[in-house]
Amino acid sequence: MPMKPIYFDYASTTPADKEVAALMADTMVRCFGNPSSVHSFGREALALVAKARRQLAELVGARPQEIVYTSGGSESDNLALKGAAYARRQRGNHIITTAIEHHALLHSCKQLEEQGFAVTYLQPDNDGWIDPAEVAAALRDETILISVMFANNEVGTVQPIREIGALARDRGIWFHTDAVQAAGHLPIDVAAMNIDLLSLSGHKFYGPKGIGALYVRHGIRLESQIAGGAQEWGLRAGTENVPGIAGLGLAAQKAQAEQENENKRLGKLSERLIARIEAELPLARLNGHREKRLPGNVNFSFLGISGESLLLNLDMAGIAASSGSACAAGSLEPSHVLLAMGLSSELARSSLRISLGRENTAAEIDYLADQIVAVVRRLEDMKASGSWR
Amino acid sequence: MGTKPKVVVAMSGGVDSSLTAALLVREGYEVIGATMRLSDDSRDFNPADDQGCCTLSAVDDARRVAEIIGIPHYVLNFREMFQKTVIDYFVDEYAAGRTPNPCVACNRYVKFEGLLERCRELGAEYVATGHYAKIEPGADGRYLLRKGADVAKDQSYVLYHLNQNSLRHFLMPLGGYTKAQTRKLAEELDLPVANKPESQEICFVPNDDYKSYLREKVPTALKAGDIVDLSGKVLGRHQGVPLYTIGQRRGLGIAAKHPLYVVSLDMKDNKVIVGEDRDVFCRGLIAADMNWIMIDSLEAPLAVTAKIRYGSRESAALVTPLPDGQVKVVFAEPQRAVTPGQSVVFYDEDKVIGGGIIVKELRG
Repeated sequence: MPMKPIYFDYASTTPADKEVAALMADTMVRCFGNPSSVHSFGREALALVAKARRQLAELVGARPQEIVYTSGGSESDNLALKGAAYARRQRGNHIITTAIEHHALLHSCKQLEEQGFAVTYLQPDNDGWIDPAEVAAALRDETILISVMFANNEVGTVQPIREIGALARDRGIWFHTDAVQAAGHLPIDVAAMNIDLLSLSGHKFYGPKGIGALYVRHGIRLESQIAGGAQEWGLRAGTENVPGIAGLGLAAQKAQAEQENENKRLGKLSERLIARIEAELPLARLNGHREKRLPGNVNFSFLGISGESLLLNLDMAGIAASSGSACAAGSLEPSHVLLAMGLSSELARSSLRISLGRENTAAEIDYLADQIVAVVRRLEDMKASGSWR
Repeated sequence: MGTKPKVVVAMSGGVDSSLTAALLVREGYEVIGATMRLSDDSRDFNPADDQGCCTLSAVDDARRVAEIIGIPHYVLNFREMFQKTVIDYFVDEYAAGRTPNPCVACNRYVKFEGLLERCRELGAEYVATGHYAKIEPGADGRYLLRKGADVAKDQSYVLYHLNQNSLRHFLMPLGGYTKAQTRKLAEELDLPVANKPESQEICFVPNDDYKSYLREKVPTALKAGDIVDLSGKVLGRHQGVPLYTIGQRRGLGIAAKHPLYVVSLDMKDNKVIVGEDRDVFCRGLIAADMNWIMIDSLEAPLAVTAKIRYGSRESAALVTPLPDGQVKVVFAEPQRAVTPGQSVVFYDEDKVIGGGIIVKELRG
């Protein structure tokens, strides 16, 4: 049992980079002006906001004026879906998305359905991959928006964004991608990838929580969802979260700089973990695409084992991981992503998600593998030996 | 390491389970707090539903107490098990023309069996609850279940279905205290002293609206029909048998010389049978699904005291084994409102002999 618990849940959130945190603290106290103010304090704050916009634009290959700040990934998804749907209502009412999207996106779609929009939810294959041919088959004359996530948060599968974007581009359909898991980790080029709208979130790449952005291609006019002042070109009212924005920008810059090396490193660590588990636990099943996958993501199902018991036992051993999604009360529900991929409810309930990040080392991976194997074997024995004594 | 084994305490956020956790910590156990989640999100958000054990507010309260005591706290997901063994059972029984008791099913399958198994997976040696009852090893190696020290608060009645295996792994540290003592102790330990309300209604029926719930889930169970007297004469109309309880007087909508009470319920023929107060009394009952604690099984007639509902006192009775493991219970004094679906529990002074579920009342 290690002295301190070890974190293996980077897909859920990440610690803020120390430099990012320092910049934010400094900004809160020294650069506190309202960017909308005419005076020098305002201009100074505005400059920070503008700088971060350039950093974010750089991260996704966009222009600074195409970056809109939001309170995070959920808000970006809401703004993208509802903002686009209502803006294009006269043109059509059909939206294509997938069954494996994040709940912020799925529930936005549900709301739109209640308002008269038709939504098609495409099913992934067994690896959690969305086939562009299926997107093509779902197209209708009334389709106005397609939304497919860049990489899935549960199983890490990376989607064929460029191809799907091309399909949309050819027909004048807007293409949105929820890149919350991918931004800062995978190379993104919105122009080359035919992306019109893109969501990202600071706390997934060592930036602060409570701040994110939506990339909106020049020429697209969304219907704003938060009314008020004219900030963000009238797209998103509210005095800018200057410290958050400054932190977001710096985090983006740092993430981009280390991306290639970090991916290689994480790839090796994942492989190490996967190899150990597959060698020592024959009933383990890797979920998600083996190759087209976020480098740090490892998701296994263990046949016959309760994911909840596995996770809680690991927590008691000082290991922080995740399984499925937390409900409001804090208990676990089986992942809708795994269910959409065709896993049985039982197999979905027996899953464990490990997501690696900056601080993880090979030694930690070894300890993690030891513990997973030990706990799974213990739970398997309990099942085999029947009820308590 | 010198410390006692690991115990998971089922915590509702109320004073009893909070004190249970605190006492076990004091005794040197490695304590983990857990709250069971039984229902779905939408219900959890209704502030009026302070049903006691398993709502969102219970989780928050329990979490806070765990923080105060300094123990880890987990929320355990029992939704699927609860759905299958309690809610589905409830619906299926009505559909089959029987009267279910979901609280008995919940206690048996979810709160004890299910919880025990889940806690075993967490590496616990024991599970502890704040019940006012005592579990003690007996002379012959059997575990005994006894009433708690506080006769008025005794909860041994709801625990009759525990088998020897379960009894071995359950701790009930409050059994030796009275409610007044536990309240004082909790105050001394700076624990929140709120009582979680013990609801008499079924927790998964939204707003206690049985009518709407049954209409939606088992429409065949709620059919208007005749209210008849003991001779079969029709006196009025009822809106659905499940809406009535044996012994009930109000809500019959019948004008009569003497007050009328529900005497029995006939789901099969969709009738509510009423009579005078004396008709509500029975001399005995048949019970099934028996569980025996003090003995291995019932081989011969046994003199006991028997309790037919949580709120009533035990009465002298004779229990006789029937084929198929059922038993016949005959009381020394007629009992009021014997209700099929409720549990009957047998005692030998303060020791629980065993119990089962009432399937039929015996008249005449």
